[in-house]
Amino acid sequence: MTKLDSVRGTKGDVILDVKGLRIRAKSKAGWAEIVKGIDLTLRRGEILGLIGESGAGKSTIGLAALGYVKPGCRITDGTILFAGEDLSELSEAELRRLRGVRIAYVAQSAAAAFNPAHRLIDQYTEVAVVHGIRDAASARAQAVELYRKLHLPNPESFGERFPHQVSGGQLQRAMVAMALACKPDIIVFDEPTTALDVTTQIEVLAAIKDVVRDFHTAAIYITHDLAVVAQLADRIMVLRHGDLVEEGNTRQILEQPSADYTRQLLRRDPPKRDTTTASRNILTVSSVDAAYGSIKVLHDVSLSVGEGTTVAVVGESGSGKSTLARVVTGLLPCSKGTLMFDGRAIDSSLRRRSLDLRRRIQLVHQMPDTSLNPRHRVREVLGRPLSFYHGLMGRLRTARIIELLEQIELDPTFLDRFPEELSGGQKQRLCIARALAAKADLIICDEVTSALDQSVAQGILRLLMDLQKNLRVSYLFITHDLQTVRAIADEVVVMNQGRIVEQGPKDEFFAPPHHPYTQLLLTSVPQMDPDWLDSIRETRAALARAVSLA
Amino acid sequence: MSTPADHSPPLNIAPADRPHRQDPGRFRALLEGLRRAPVSAWFGLVIVAIYVLVALFASLIAPYGEGQVVGSQFDPWTAQHLLGTDNLGRDTLSRLIYGARNTVGIAFLTTSLAFLIGGSAGLVAAVVGGWVDQALARLIDILMAVPQLIFALLLLTIFGASVTSLVSIIAVLDATRVFRLARAAGMNIAVMDYVEVARLRGEGLIWILSREVLPNILPPLVAEFGLRFCFVFLLISSLSFLGIGLQPPTADWGSMVRDNAILITYGDITPLLPAAAIALLTVGVNFLVDWFLRETSGLDDET
Repeated sequence: MTKLDSVRGTKGDVILDVKGLRIRAKSKAGWAEIVKGIDLTLRRGEILGLIGESGAGKSTIGLAALGYVKPGCRITDGTILFAGEDLSELSEAELRRLRGVRIAYVAQSAAAAFNPAHRLIDQYTEVAVVHGIRDAASARAQAVELYRKLHLPNPESFGERFPHQVSGGQLQRAMVAMALACKPDIIVFDEPTTALDVTTQIEVLAAIKDVVRDFHTAAIYITHDLAVVAQLADRIMVLRHGDLVEEGNTRQILEQPSADYTRQLLRRDPPKRDTTTASRNILTVSSVDAAYGSIKVLHDVSLSVGEGTTVAVVGESGSGKSTLARVVTGLLPCSKGTLMFDGRAIDSSLRRRSLDLRRRIQLVHQMPDTSLNPRHRVREVLGRPLSFYHGLMGRLRTARIIELLEQIELDPTFLDRFPEELSGGQKQRLCIARALAAKADLIICDEVTSALDQSVAQGILRLLMDLQKNLRVSYLFITHDLQTVRAIADEVVVMNQGRIVEQGPKDEFFAPPHHPYTQLLLTSVPQMDPDWLDSIRETRAALARAVSLA
Repeated sequence: MSTPADHSPPLNIAPADRPHRQDPGRFRALLEGLRRAPVSAWFGLVIVAIYVLVALFASLIAPYGEGQVVGSQFDPWTAQHLLGTDNLGRDTLSRLIYGARNTVGIAFLTTSLAFLIGGSAGLVAAVVGGWVDQALARLIDILMAVPQLIFALLLLTIFGASVTSLVSIIAVLDATRVFRLARAAGMNIAVMDYVEVARLRGEGLIWILSREVLPNILPPLVAEFGLRFCFVFLLISSLSFLGIGLQPPTADWGSMVRDNAILITYGDITPLLPAAAIALLTVGVNFLVDWFLRETSGLDDET
């Protein structure tokens, strides 16, 4: 037994002590510092929240707590003291003995972290068995117990399933169970709920909160969402560009933040505007059914989008909201029902639609990274629709491209850049400009802000609103985020399992009485209140039952 | 029509802060890349350059003509005939030099043709999909089911061993491998949102193939070109060695090995020289391909 294996302290002892941590990452331009001298202390039984936007270095710090740096990065300075030993000086073999046993990690995407070829329980028992902590039989028994604690369905047989046979939220909880397998001293949670729906997020958050409390495990919880971390953390560190902005108790950070940046993160009220009503409809969808092969995903969907207004389609993953977008664009012809655009019935199949119709309905995708060709410069991205639809060439075309760039608040120096030279927000702006270049009348926005940081997303929303005011363009805005809906929508359509459960003007949507499913969605949005999670669990359980009965 | 810029929070512009790299021009970028290239890449580059120069200026460099009989059979290495003479009394060095032109040239032509056929068919299969993909893929499977050398032998016996039939038969057989690669790489790109955007816009197949998909799968295709070139080269030499490749008196490295093979029994290494020439070129091309792949895939060596 070495020193590391024998240390088991009492609550309140410092378990992890990071001093002056500096990490550099290799880029084309050379080595850039991504963590700039961070101090961090974690005590037994304490949950520390690391919060910041992308590029803040929070995940890098979280991984460093495991003594790990990503390929292409290296620790240049500082110490990571875990139970008295510096992790940055240990060999790989020594680290391997600690990881999973004394320090565990829960990744953002459980789907990517599990091996699809093995049953959940086999992946669970592997850690304990490999490290010689317990034999397979007792590890299995323990797994069932943990599955029960985490409220997984049929805990006895749950582990026999393969990763693809369970839902995203269940998989994330199975990974939490795996992290707890060896009763570690520290668990690092790296955005474990970011990829989940709001209603699922609550369940995972509650499960994490319970087990961490029961096990007296210290945890580092990494997220970009202050409201989420507020439910769990005792203490919060706000990070930006690899620097510490502010550190303090959760309540103190939420109620009296001292840094401007924290206040900016706390300010969740997105841009607001008055709702408008349209004189006529640009798009009317009437009792549409659609199916992928034999699987029917849309049932009798009807909605209309008024000219110059925004209709938000809200729902969780699998609700059919993206399929609706595909039907309107013609990518997926509907099996029943009709589509009307600008007063005329239109063909549901893309192939039979005229060029002019294609021009007037434009789609902006969720991920700007995959919707811009990495080999096309900005000039070509915007220039192609201009010459393709409007026959613009040469100097006229360049002038129009610059005009479009101005509309999305980018300057002409962007003309010859490739997408990889743009930030996420700039890429999404470019995608919007591409739709504007076609002079679209209806832009379908498919979760356009969900891949972006909050402040960037708000910039995009403002841009969309300004464009609507100036150009009278209509939006069919697909989202799962109710904050966004509050900001941008004139009308709201709520979808669940391929059906519309509620629709109407925004103000009616946010005012009671609600449809049970709408209320479930509304109450699932985390609030900036540390007591919110505990207070809401009772009411939510009742609502969830009501929805499943309905 | 522009909106005030103060709307967007300062965070939004972060990556734009760094000074924008003006497009340095392809030539400058190439020079820069060459400067940082490893020794192996330089070695490959020099070898390939020498082969190309020798092939282009064969008639100027070679001391004697291609099929000219200038001495007696199997002369040893002398000042007059640096590498001796062959089984008919032709100068070996001269034939080696002309062989570079014939073999390398034909291999290059064949590989290009294979890429034209296989690459475009693979792209069409990947982007169009459906029954077109099925039909093409099954056809290619059938072609690939027969061992390549035996298939080539068979077809050459049927159509006769002319340069035209040699090039087209090997090109078609090699196109099967290119098809597989282009289809697999193209499929990864065809599902991207930007291809969907182009489809929604109403772009034709040619635009989608050449402007949206092809530029993104170029690196693996170019790397494959280097490797395919070596295989084609070896296949042509093998066929020549068997006597149905390039026909005499055309100088060709494969047939040169065969014609002079008997010398090996007397401990003379001359017949191995064409083989060495083939091996050296193959090594050189592979070094170049390695370097190119590393540069374009962004797989920088760990420090």
